[in-house]
Amino acid sequence: MAPTSPVLPKLVGTRVKRREDPRLIQGKGTYVDDVKIVGMQHLAFKRSDVAHGRIVSIDTKAAEAMEGVEAVFTGKQIAEFIKPMPIGTPFPSPDHRVVAVDVVRFTGEPVAVVVARDRYLARDAADAITVQYDTLPAVVDPEAALAGKPTVIHEKFANNVAIGPIPGGTGCSPDGKSVDDSAIDAAFKNAEIVISQRMMNQRLAPSAMEPRGVVAHYEAGKGTMTIWSSTQNPHILRTFIAMMNGMGENEVRAIAPEVGGGFGAKINIYAEEYVVAGLSKRLEMPLKWIEDRSEAFVATIHGRDILGYVDLAAKRDGTVLGLKLRLIADIGAYNMLLTAAIPTLTMLMANATYAFPAIRVTLTEVFTNKTPTDAYRGAGRPEATYFVERAMDMLARELKMDPADVRRKNFIPKDQFPFQTHMGAVYDSGDYEKALDKALETANWAELKKERDKAKAEGRLVGLGLAMYVEVCGIGPSASLPTGGWEHAQVTIERDGRITAMTGASPHGQGNETTFGQMLADQFSVPLEHVTILHGDTAVVKQGIGTFGSRSQAVGGAALHMAAGKVKTKMAKFAAALLEAHEDDLVFESGRISVKGAPAKGKTFAEVASYAYIPVPLPPGLEPGLSDEAFFEPSNNTYPFGCHIALLEIDRDTGEPKLLRLVAVDDAGNLINPLIVEGQIHGGLAQGIGQAMIEEVVYSEDGQLLTGSFMDYAMPRAIDFPRFELGNTVTPTPVNPLGAKGCGEAGTLGSTPAIVSAAVDALSGFGVKHIDMMLRPEKLWRLIQGGQA
Amino acid sequence: MAKVSVTVNGKVRTADVEPRTLLVHFLRENLNLTGTHVGCDTSQCGACTVLVDGRSAKACTIFAVQADGSSVTTIEGLAKDGQLHPLQEGFWEEHGLQCGYCTPGMIMSAVNLLADTPKPTETQIREGISGNFCRCTGYQHIVNAIQFAAAKR
Repeated sequence: MAPTSPVLPKLVGTRVKRREDPRLIQGKGTYVDDVKIVGMQHLAFKRSDVAHGRIVSIDTKAAEAMEGVEAVFTGKQIAEFIKPMPIGTPFPSPDHRVVAVDVVRFTGEPVAVVVARDRYLARDAADAITVQYDTLPAVVDPEAALAGKPTVIHEKFANNVAIGPIPGGTGCSPDGKSVDDSAIDAAFKNAEIVISQRMMNQRLAPSAMEPRGVVAHYEAGKGTMTIWSSTQNPHILRTFIAMMNGMGENEVRAIAPEVGGGFGAKINIYAEEYVVAGLSKRLEMPLKWIEDRSEAFVATIHGRDILGYVDLAAKRDGTVLGLKLRLIADIGAYNMLLTAAIPTLTMLMANATYAFPAIRVTLTEVFTNKTPTDAYRGAGRPEATYFVERAMDMLARELKMDPADVRRKNFIPKDQFPFQTHMGAVYDSGDYEKALDKALETANWAELKKERDKAKAEGRLVGLGLAMYVEVCGIGPSASLPTGGWEHAQVTIERDGRITAMTGASPHGQGNETTFGQMLADQFSVPLEHVTILHGDTAVVKQGIGTFGSRSQAVGGAALHMAAGKVKTKMAKFAAALLEAHEDDLVFESGRISVKGAPAKGKTFAEVASYAYIPVPLPPGLEPGLSDEAFFEPSNNTYPFGCHIALLEIDRDTGEPKLLRLVAVDDAGNLINPLIVEGQIHGGLAQGIGQAMIEEVVYSEDGQLLTGSFMDYAMPRAIDFPRFELGNTVTPTPVNPLGAKGCGEAGTLGSTPAIVSAAVDALSGFGVKHIDMMLRPEKLWRLIQGGQA
Repeated sequence: MAKVSVTVNGKVRTADVEPRTLLVHFLRENLNLTGTHVGCDTSQCGACTVLVDGRSAKACTIFAVQADGSSVTTIEGLAKDGQLHPLQEGFWEEHGLQCGYCTPGMIMSAVNLLADTPKPTETQIREGISGNFCRCTGYQHIVNAIQFAAAKR
């Protein structure tokens, strides 16, 4: 029989519309709050309204007396059956109770829990609980905190020092125990110019549009727990829920249903997850807790909040001799899952895109009475990029050089990859000059400079900024993660030739059902509609790590590719038996498997699949069935890079900045779906621009969160952005078989320093050398007034 | 308890609710129309946007009893006879969504926008959806999606 099926186009590399969308645009997705179980009760948390205080008394009588209230627990009662919070890093950590016992250490820390018939009643009952505190001084300023002022938060951590100072860079042994400063000292001794600046990379609220939520259902008859959570990593959640409840991992099923955004904040395993699960087990009833937005601002981790003292030593021709970076990370009141590790990524990436002869970074992490920090999109890399790129811009300005030229002079040359950095990273592949050139070309840099000069001559405050970045993605070998850094996939070809694939990369908006579907459709040459991608349920997907650190494609995709390869090899053996051909002579093409050069000699994909399940006769040496799995352990991280350019104007009268243009050239290696990659870049840019221009978590001197709702925390709106102008270069990674590097966080790296540098450029006439984020109009207005005065 | 009767997506729905029940909770909890989402508690984010008597409204800002006697359209009622609404089509075609959480509210706001301004400029679109937050997309593909729908009308 001659092949009659239409020739299937290759899908990898094309702009395939997302398969997730039909359900989501019709309101048919199932998010955690859409899950209902018969008999389900609702939780509400009573939270501390002081930043730091000793709990004197908690009165729960009024709450308990309410009709429909099932139970009320104080922290002390909870501590009898729920263990303290675990963390996922090897760093020392203070005692952290899921619900505070004696002392509260940030506003919003839970102090009591209510279980009630419905969510309104649960909230009423929580409000009816009264707590008396003996208020303690609040530690808010991280630098004062390091002097133990105004007090010490955790007894065992003198001067509030959580970690450090940890030295890293040139002359440091990997464990930081032996430090040789001769290279960095020589750099500064030989410097013709030194740039020194204190820079604040401010605290941000991740603000996924879906707040967190948990449903837990302990079934006493079976002794099993099912937990639905708005999480980026259900398998890690399962591990921790099992451990905390004294259960086996095989007795816990964790489900990440539709997840409404994460941005790093939903990597964590939170107190609320342990409490909902623990109480479901204790009360033997299904329980639900859904976070309010006001709760999210205090109870979900914050991001960034690193102070950097940057010193750059250079020659007058723009050659950098050395970089010193002293980092103080304000990590808030406790260590969460990865809290302590995130600022170490700022250390790791301090090498940026440059071949600096010497680098010295020291990192100190400090406790304050604030919400704990942890991973937020970019997680440590935007901070590193910001410090280095702002310093490079300051250097260019001092030397009156084009900011592009200063970068170009110091790039790691493209023929030096893989490149061993001073900070311990091995950059996999790169061509930074190419990305820079592409960005300059896309923006029409020469013209743009003229435009800026013309506008300035007219008295307008227009500025131009440029930033390079390199980030660490595809996280990442098992040595770098406490959970292991692999990813898992399983591929099954069903009897009818349809393909079911399971991936541990549990998405929350990344479109993995589409990109992974494209890959498998190509790999087997079958229609995309015949491929189903399952994820987000530990009962379905046997193993997994999750989605963070731009790893879905680079690690999860690679695992899928491997698993599919194994199945394909086996399928070829069945086909070879059917066709009486050699398996190496077969081609998979447009839903058929046939002999190379003899298309008539073939079988449909479904026919071969069917034979594998009813193997009469069974080819020698083969087991029936077509299913296999793979664990992909990357040999290294990937290091995507790029160049972002911003054009910005500041209103002379009001100080209001307006972003006029944003050009982003990103190199994420090979792309599976350019449409989805664009969406990822856009989203990252929006968050990077948000940080530069309008977002900032602000605490009062007594530790009250002043930006505790969307009325006070400026979430970027559509009107805040120009149309982004994208370009890309393609430098594949050798680290995985797909050559894909990851693109989820890129947008947050270059845009932020590019915009701040543009603002500084706009105000250069007023003697402005640096502006701390965000670019509040009042701040800019004062600089304009000061300059004129 | 108060009796409310609301025409939702063309069907009359009657229920006894607490007077303080928000319209969004009435839709989600009483009617199981979970396509309308809650993203904040201060009426900023717009995830709960529905049409009340044809005008976009944030369903977290209205008590169910205030909607008594009115006609409400939610995201579930937008497609007709299995045909996606042009805005739904636009969001799919132009990759106007990622996590999808803001999407129903964003689409319902855009329905109102295009009813008032059938051929909006890009600035009018960006202003028109400024009562709706999206944390994933950076809005550009959402703007494209609305332009797609406007061009199709």
